[in-house]
Amino acid sequence: MEASALTGERAAPRPEVVVPGLGDRPRGWLEWLTTTDHKKIGIMYLFATFLFFIIGGVEALIMRLQLAQPNGTLVDPPTYNGLVTMHGTTMVFLFVVPVLAGFGNYVVPLMIGARDMAFPRINALSFWLLLSGGIVFYIAVFFEPPQAGWTMYTPLSDDAYLPSGGVDAWILLIHLTGLSSLLGAINFVATIHNMRAKGMSWGRMPLFVWAILIYSYLLITALPSVAAAVTMLLTDRHFGTDFFDATGGGDPLLWQHLFWFFGHPEVYIMVLPAFGIISEVIPVFSRKPIFGYKAIAAATVAIAFLGLLVWAHHMFATPTATVVLAFFMLSSFTIAVPTGVKIFNWIATMWRGQIVFKTAMMFATALPALFVIGGISGVLLAIFPVDWQLHDTYFVVAHLHYVLFGGSVFGIFAGLYYWFPKMSGRLMSEGLGKLSFWTMFVGFNMTFLVQHSAGLSGMPRRIYDYPEALHVTGYNLVSTIGSFILGVGVLVSVINVLVSLRSGRRAGNDPWRGNTLEWFVSSPPPENNFDVVPRVRSVEPMKDIRREVERANRPAGSVAQPVASGT
Amino acid sequence: MPVGRKRLVLSALAGALLLLLVAAPAALGDAITPESGGSQNANDIDTLYKVTLYIAIVIFLIVEGTLIWSIVRFRARRGGPEPAQIRGNTPLELGWTVGAALILVVLTVVTFLYLNGIKNPPASGANGLRADAAQFASIDQPNPPKGAGKPLNIHVNGQQYVWRYDYPGQQPLFSYYEMVVPTDTTVTLDVNASDVIHSWWIPKLGGKVDGVPGHTNQTWFKIEKPGVYRGQCAELCGEGHADMRAIVKAVPPDEYEAWANRQRADILAAQKALSQQRVQREKGGAVR
Repeated sequence: MEASALTGERAAPRPEVVVPGLGDRPRGWLEWLTTTDHKKIGIMYLFATFLFFIIGGVEALIMRLQLAQPNGTLVDPPTYNGLVTMHGTTMVFLFVVPVLAGFGNYVVPLMIGARDMAFPRINALSFWLLLSGGIVFYIAVFFEPPQAGWTMYTPLSDDAYLPSGGVDAWILLIHLTGLSSLLGAINFVATIHNMRAKGMSWGRMPLFVWAILIYSYLLITALPSVAAAVTMLLTDRHFGTDFFDATGGGDPLLWQHLFWFFGHPEVYIMVLPAFGIISEVIPVFSRKPIFGYKAIAAATVAIAFLGLLVWAHHMFATPTATVVLAFFMLSSFTIAVPTGVKIFNWIATMWRGQIVFKTAMMFATALPALFVIGGISGVLLAIFPVDWQLHDTYFVVAHLHYVLFGGSVFGIFAGLYYWFPKMSGRLMSEGLGKLSFWTMFVGFNMTFLVQHSAGLSGMPRRIYDYPEALHVTGYNLVSTIGSFILGVGVLVSVINVLVSLRSGRRAGNDPWRGNTLEWFVSSPPPENNFDVVPRVRSVEPMKDIRREVERANRPAGSVAQPVASGT
Repeated sequence: MPVGRKRLVLSALAGALLLLLVAAPAALGDAITPESGGSQNANDIDTLYKVTLYIAIVIFLIVEGTLIWSIVRFRARRGGPEPAQIRGNTPLELGWTVGAALILVVLTVVTFLYLNGIKNPPASGANGLRADAAQFASIDQPNPPKGAGKPLNIHVNGQQYVWRYDYPGQQPLFSYYEMVVPTDTTVTLDVNASDVIHSWWIPKLGGKVDGVPGHTNQTWFKIEKPGVYRGQCAELCGEGHADMRAIVKAVPPDEYEAWANRQRADILAAQKALSQQRVQREKGGAVR
């Protein structure tokens, strides 16, 4: 690296290419509409997906209110089934999957030392497809929302039972967001394979980038299956085919196989990048290198591969041969090993560190603490005779929320608090952040821990009401109160974002003493990211740069600045 | 903190955890284990679940313990030790990988030990339904010997939003919502559905089986003592899903046979009345 890049001296004026007919870039909202800058697209992703997160959360709170007591009368059964479907679909397809694409969009090019994604315009298309998918789906609310759950099992989702357009809106949502994710995934793969900084070999790639790469490959592998399935459902509904209709020679189980062949990898699509986020956050705030870098990267690959082989563990109660059930039990078991390896590695990273408890770190340490519970209930569910009791009960609801909320969402919040200063140039309030963390942590556990017991007592999921005789009233009341505490916790973070955007303290380039290249550029980064891309010599290039800077100007002890702001 | 006090606090914590480990399953009882007590397969699932849960609790305490210990012990302190720049430890990492795999091997073995008892129905007991009562029950026949080990096979059909049960025999015998079965008799169920997918589940009588249109699924139970067992559909099947409940009522074999005869007679009478009605309506139509 040239010395000028380190000392912050202004370089000589850059030569310019003048293109005739190329006007000024649009300003204001038009700039956002037409942008192909990965950072702006990333921010739009984050903004849109958090909006959907809030909508999906409100849907969940209405359901919890309805279930607070037996004989609830807040919503009627069709509305409740609509809420079940909207909540699940929103959280999976419009929040967790795309919010991770949002972080990936913003951070991956910066982390690997690239100036943008490989295909900037396809990147913009990905975002607008996602937004149209969400809008198409939510317009269904004004007619009749789909009522067959986010898994949309046939024959219930067939036109004979749900003739309204809600299911069709859902099918279009899957197509639009699916196309968005596919294009995004191809873009990530092309970017990560081809545009890494000099010296960033596979063994020096940040773990978050590893996670986004594997996330992309999983999307490319799994999405075609659900795209085919929903197309078949569409023709079943409108053009007289009988793919899933037993009376016409089809089979409802075909839907389940096609759906879950996508649906289970989807779980890892949603959680691996969150693992990636905390694999960045934990070492930074422990002031230690990540423990077992290679093991974590290998575990990511292993989880993704095994994740493609476990889909039928969602179908243990269907008429299926025992040998098949046994295979899917064993394949599900094996996933526990690489997942366990990751958790041990994170703990070992903190071991003998000097842990600085900023809000991002608190969310990051909560992830393994909560994910362990989801992992353990997951092993219980993988034992197929035990699953015969637990399947489709509130035990599963609890399990999936420990994995998806305790895992993914806590990881996403860690990422939000960690990268917000980079995106906005301002720090978020630590006070509000910690308040938000503790209310979310307490509310989350209150909501979902008791749901294990409700399920074990015989409460199935997706019911709008339960009999008093089931003795689950207490669990449900606690769960409802907890869900509102959780809601307040999320709200505090939303307020924190809005307040900090205006009046947060200036962050500077590298507020956390980060390890990766995004902390090398200014906050927010210039449009072209890097004037000079530093050469990467280890897994922690930013640590090397800091060390070099400190050596170069020992008395000043200043932090690296980019050469020019670029705008 | 002085070393002595620290040790005291630590041993107290360890003691409390141990106590929790022993006491929690006993105190919480049913809150953390599945329903059981109606039939042996439900009891076996419960046992299998508990074995796994005990192993899981130990792992849970180790992981959370180490995690919390690290968070508390290695908080950044002014003048604290330099963070150890360790990048890995191959023997340790291999160790926990192999360790985790071994635990899963144990779980696999335990599962297959219990699987046979959960999956395969046993023979009916000595005090069960008479051997051929299920097949040829009729008031005219003499009583054959009791409990010859044959199971009673009932066909369960899910429909929006009710369960229908068809019993074996030449004369039609069926009922809705409430299934009456004899005690000490193995009852095998053939489950399917005629519209959308439903799932048959009576928690105390074992796991659930999906009724899928175009497929037949199987399960069984064997109830020792008379009693009433409740359950409900476990697969979202439409607006009335939450109200699609089911009852299994176990009665002594004699009572069961009496019920079956009554029910058969009622069904015959109803069918007769219906056909008479039809005949009359057709006649009326002819007159007009």
